[in-house]
Amino acid sequence: MHWHFRPKPSEDFTVSDETQNPLRDAIEDAIRSNPVILFMKGTPEQPMCGFSARTVAALQALEAPFAAVDILPDPRIRQELSALSSWPTIPQLFVNGELVGGCDIVMEMHETGELAQALGVEQPDEAPAAASAQAGSAPLSIENRLG
Amino acid sequence: MTTSMATKEELKARIEAGIPGARADVRGDDGHHFEAVVSAPAFAGLPRIAQHRLVYDVFGGELGGRIHALALQTKAE
Repeated sequence: MHWHFRPKPSEDFTVSDETQNPLRDAIEDAIRSNPVILFMKGTPEQPMCGFSARTVAALQALEAPFAAVDILPDPRIRQELSALSSWPTIPQLFVNGELVGGCDIVMEMHETGELAQALGVEQPDEAPAAASAQAGSAPLSIENRLG
Repeated sequence: MTTSMATKEELKARIEAGIPGARADVRGDDGHHFEAVVSAPAFAGLPRIAQHRLVYDVFGGELGGRIHALALQTKAE
């Protein structure tokens, strides 16, 4: 299971409402409380977009534990996230509360070794060996139910 | 905002007009998915994320919508 932002059906969210915005609060809280968190289309097991898939693969190649949020179930998650991060596209990777970037930046950082550094993990010497050892393990999973 | 299909020529022109001194090499012919290599003096000293933001800002809300994807590589020059 991963994060599920599940608004109460009775509550009426308004994206522009600054004073009462439980969904934005939940996103902020998720970013704050997870050292590494990826907002993506689909899940790490079943990414629904090539960019999300590549970003997940980079994190998994480094065996870095990460939380994942599927933004697809509710379009408001993406609206709020992009408003919060000033970043228009998905995926978005946050490390220690800071936006690191999307797929392009993560892939570039993966190639240069900066990603391992940012995540505080060892750069594996042999990527294929690391990948096969990784195959069975799932990323850090959390569940959050609103309401 | 125009609603017609995006072209690589349009993206190139808008990036180069929107970022002073920028040179953009844009690929992609399906009207939705593009790849751009952008170099600009304005990128000097900026972290990658800020360089990408400068390019994204050129397109505002069109990214993820009319322009489905823009793969980006930026260089300070």
